[in-house]
Amino acid sequence: MSGIDPSVMWLTFFILSVFVGIEVISKVSSTLHTPLMSGANAIHGIILLGAIIVTGETDNALATTVGLIAIVLASVNMVGGFVVTDRMLQMFVRKPKKAEPTEGASK
Amino acid sequence: MIDTWAQYVFLFCGVAFILALKGLSGPKTARNGNLVGAAAAVIACALPFFYTNNLKHVPLILVAIVIGTIGGVVGARRVQMTQMPQMVALFNGVGGGAAALVALLELHQIGDGANISWFNLAATAFTIVVGSVSFAGSVVTFAKLQELMTSRPVVFPGLPIAFGGSFIAVIVFSVVLVHSPGMLVGIVLALLGLAIGLLLVLPVGGADVPIVISLLNAFTGLTVAAGGYVLANTVLLVAGTLVGASGTFLTLLMAGAMGRSVANILFGALKGGSTLGAGEASDRPVKSVGPEDAAIMLAYAEKVIIVPGYGLAVAQAQHTLRELVDVLVARGTEVDYAIHPVAGRMPGHMNVLLAEAQVPYEQLIEMDEINDDFKSTDVVLVVGANDVVNPAARTTPSAPIYGMPILNADAAKQVIFMKRSMRPGFAGIENELLFEPTTSLLFGDAKDTLGKLLTAVKAL
Repeated sequence: MSGIDPSVMWLTFFILSVFVGIEVISKVSSTLHTPLMSGANAIHGIILLGAIIVTGETDNALATTVGLIAIVLASVNMVGGFVVTDRMLQMFVRKPKKAEPTEGASK
Repeated sequence: MIDTWAQYVFLFCGVAFILALKGLSGPKTARNGNLVGAAAAVIACALPFFYTNNLKHVPLILVAIVIGTIGGVVGARRVQMTQMPQMVALFNGVGGGAAALVALLELHQIGDGANISWFNLAATAFTIVVGSVSFAGSVVTFAKLQELMTSRPVVFPGLPIAFGGSFIAVIVFSVVLVHSPGMLVGIVLALLGLAIGLLLVLPVGGADVPIVISLLNAFTGLTVAAGGYVLANTVLLVAGTLVGASGTFLTLLMAGAMGRSVANILFGALKGGSTLGAGEASDRPVKSVGPEDAAIMLAYAEKVIIVPGYGLAVAQAQHTLRELVDVLVARGTEVDYAIHPVAGRMPGHMNVLLAEAQVPYEQLIEMDEINDDFKSTDVVLVVGANDVVNPAARTTPSAPIYGMPILNADAAKQVIFMKRSMRPGFAGIENELLFEPTTSLLFGDAKDTLGKLLTAVKAL
């Protein structure tokens, strides 16, 4: 690792992640736009990790309070995001009885 | 320096987030993808409690997590499916707010003139500003969708100047922060971010709000990525960047589905009054029918297409509609649902709402596949939709929805247009389709009227 400038390393992570982020969702159908947005929204709730780290480092009372507020907000984002996405996606599960065989009527 | 084993776990979580997004973009894998993402997030957030013994305030932190978790779960479980877009907006906003607070705290930590690279400080400024933009913008989108305020574009004379001024001020104060880091500058940046978020979203018309939610979602992702850089945490950087990149791409896809450019959506209202449509009810003559006549039209049609819209969901009439369709199908009528990409309040929202009412997935046909079928359709039943069948999108360059691909309902032999009143739709523009000779209006509350239609069709 000695030969790599840390800021170049971070930039490398960043740029590769941009391409991966675009690539993995490039074939999404419009039906799934809403759950995908909601799922991605939940993933950035990972800022909770940052909030925990920062709050755990400080001694200042005001900073601790602000940190705890950040933790509450980030938990709402993360947990609520994943739960609401799951609720949405439940709707897409096909009903085993009706699904495949009986559908000759439409189309 | 974080223990190496913990760094490996962070790497694992980063990979899991990639797989989660990949899963979320396919219908069969979506639910598992979401669960993978949730598991990775929980593992990543649990890690600081194990790799270091120096974490302070652990009991308080745990209490805060429990409070947030309860809030999130209750909100996510209680929300009606129709109100889900504003819930997503709210979750996104609090995430952005949390990121801005984290950056402010980190600024406080390094405040004593420590040796910090300029790039790190610039990333801190970025996190504070964009996180605040995302927070304020999301609160406004929430208020618009929840109808706590008007969903129409809010424009006042000094708005472009105020927006431009705040933007320049942000750049100036960011430079100041890089030169001489201090809490005060950080707080000024946060306030400017809040102002920009407000000014950015206020002029956006209600119909475009979903695009803005998606854009702000991408903003929060980038904010989290910058926060990851500031804290030198790989999983924050990777997860945030993934969301930022895929969110931006998704925003462009959605805007494309509506035939709009993102710049036009954000700044269209600033350029002129063109996005301010008529808010008044029209008094031009229309042809209206009663439920009994409409029932006869439907019952003796060979092919019917249903165009559902947000109004259907607001009236909670999905189940009644499905019953009506079941009866028609049992009589031998061919019935499909035509789903416009932005039917509902967000792309794919209508699919969720109809799936909830147990409409078979196979009857939901996307716009591109069904648009040619309208020519050979006897009756189109428009329920609670308006803008997605408005021919002004094809014919009137001054209309705010001009260029948006629409469902060709006007090509059908007959149209039954269910409406509560003659008030225009969410985009606030008059719909020429209402005045076509082939169109019959069926006035009334969607649920009530569909119930009457159902009874009348059954009686035939």
